[in-house]
Amino acid sequence: MIGRIVSLGRRGCEVLEALGRAGQFLAQSAVGVPSREGWYLWLRQVHFVGVLSLAIVLVSGLFIGMVLALQGYTLLVDFGAEQALGQMVALSLLRELSPVVAALLFAGRAGSALTAEIGLMKATEQLTSMEMIGVDPLRRVVAPRLWAGFVALPLLTVGFSVVGIYGGYLVGVEWLGVFEGSYWGNMQASVDFVGDVGNGMVKSVVFALVVTWIAVFQGYDLVPTSEGISRATTRTVVYSSLAVLGLDFVLTALMFGGFS
Amino acid sequence: MTDSPFVVVEGLHFARGEKDIFRGVELQIPRGKITAILGPSGTGKTTLLKLIGGQLAPDEGRVRIDGEDVHALSRKALFRLRRRMGMLFQSGALFSDLSVFENVAFPLRVHTDLPEAMIRDVALMKLQAVGLRGARDLMPSELSGGMARRVALARAIALDPELILYDEPFVGQDPISKGVLVQLIKRLNDALGLTAIVVSHDIQETLSIADYVYVISDGRVMAHGTPDSLDVDEDPRVSQFVHGEPDGPVPFHYPATDFFSDILNMEKRS
Repeated sequence: MIGRIVSLGRRGCEVLEALGRAGQFLAQSAVGVPSREGWYLWLRQVHFVGVLSLAIVLVSGLFIGMVLALQGYTLLVDFGAEQALGQMVALSLLRELSPVVAALLFAGRAGSALTAEIGLMKATEQLTSMEMIGVDPLRRVVAPRLWAGFVALPLLTVGFSVVGIYGGYLVGVEWLGVFEGSYWGNMQASVDFVGDVGNGMVKSVVFALVVTWIAVFQGYDLVPTSEGISRATTRTVVYSSLAVLGLDFVLTALMFGGFS
Repeated sequence: MTDSPFVVVEGLHFARGEKDIFRGVELQIPRGKITAILGPSGTGKTTLLKLIGGQLAPDEGRVRIDGEDVHALSRKALFRLRRRMGMLFQSGALFSDLSVFENVAFPLRVHTDLPEAMIRDVALMKLQAVGLRGARDLMPSELSGGMARRVALARAIALDPELILYDEPFVGQDPISKGVLVQLIKRLNDALGLTAIVVSHDIQETLSIADYVYVISDGRVMAHGTPDSLDVDEDPRVSQFVHGEPDGPVPFHYPATDFFSDILNMEKRS
């Protein structure tokens, strides 16, 4: 019994210590004005984590919009309310599905790649050699990746929403025959820019911070062996997914739960 | 002032978990000389270099480089100090996304405002010094182990450092590469007058170029002196290590119970 309490306490201390390290890591790498070369490194990373994730995010967005329209139509048509399909697709996507699914895809596609890349640089002593050359790897390697993730995910979320709404249009209007005017008109009338689009973007920004932070920290803090890289990559996806889903509940409760 | 040691290690204690790696190490690395730190595998030689370079912090004791207490410096000041140092890693640690030329030019690009033409000239001069000017366009993945280490050496001297740390420079090298590296280290030291610390367990190669030698074992400095004085040292531990004798104070066998009783027990069990 005592042994279990001791091991629980030790585990708690380790978690607190890791959180402290992660906080210090974020403060040291994300704060500061980038140099001219820093902008170039940042742009390269935006391409790596953002542009290269476009295909998976947009294709997923299209399918999710199409499925939403199909499922929504079969429900709404029973009540003769299929004209509200545009409203349903748009609100589901903007408030909930776009930020969450885009963040989950981002964690799987870009987050794991960030962890593996930084981890491999650590395992092959590239980060250490950078330190010995007098270049801070937190500023040169970590910061551009962090800021690229912070910017790329909200933009990917916008793309996801746009393509998803278009997917809903294809299925609802072009295929199932919902009146085009009511699809767009109901959407326009019911979607509030600040309340729906704005809150969805706030979610996306929070998820971007969390997922990218987890990904780069896991890469930087891993045990520099092949097994360590594999474990850290898995941890990135698991922790990011749990954090996104957990935070989504908290943010939804705060934004739409009527507590304000 | 110029006669004062460039690196001074005082009462260094360092432990990893429960295991003591260093228990009061004292070193004085003379300026402009090649100092070798020898010791059996697992004695913490690489850890010692990391402590000198400020990548690890000691539990007790101090490391001073040219009078500056390495572990009392702010992160910014430590990075400034490191610009005066170069380090050759065991693996070479070249940046895998940059070509050979860009690897050597990297320190020049980040720490100087030199025009591109000057950076090109300096990088090519460094590559010429290690005999790899012709390999400038290759990527690190296209280099052999020996070539990678020579490129890493060119990168380490790109900014003309005052101190250079070599971490096991000869390990895993074929005889030709080993000979090339031995010559290069000596020649660079003579030409640039830099202070060098070579950590190694390749005795003959290291002793052939070292001006002064420290032998580390069991967390302490076991012996120190010139290569000639260590060669005739009568301490059986030093003699065993320097002459590569398989058995002696450092036993050939890992501690175990009596061999015959172990065998007999085995027979009983079977």
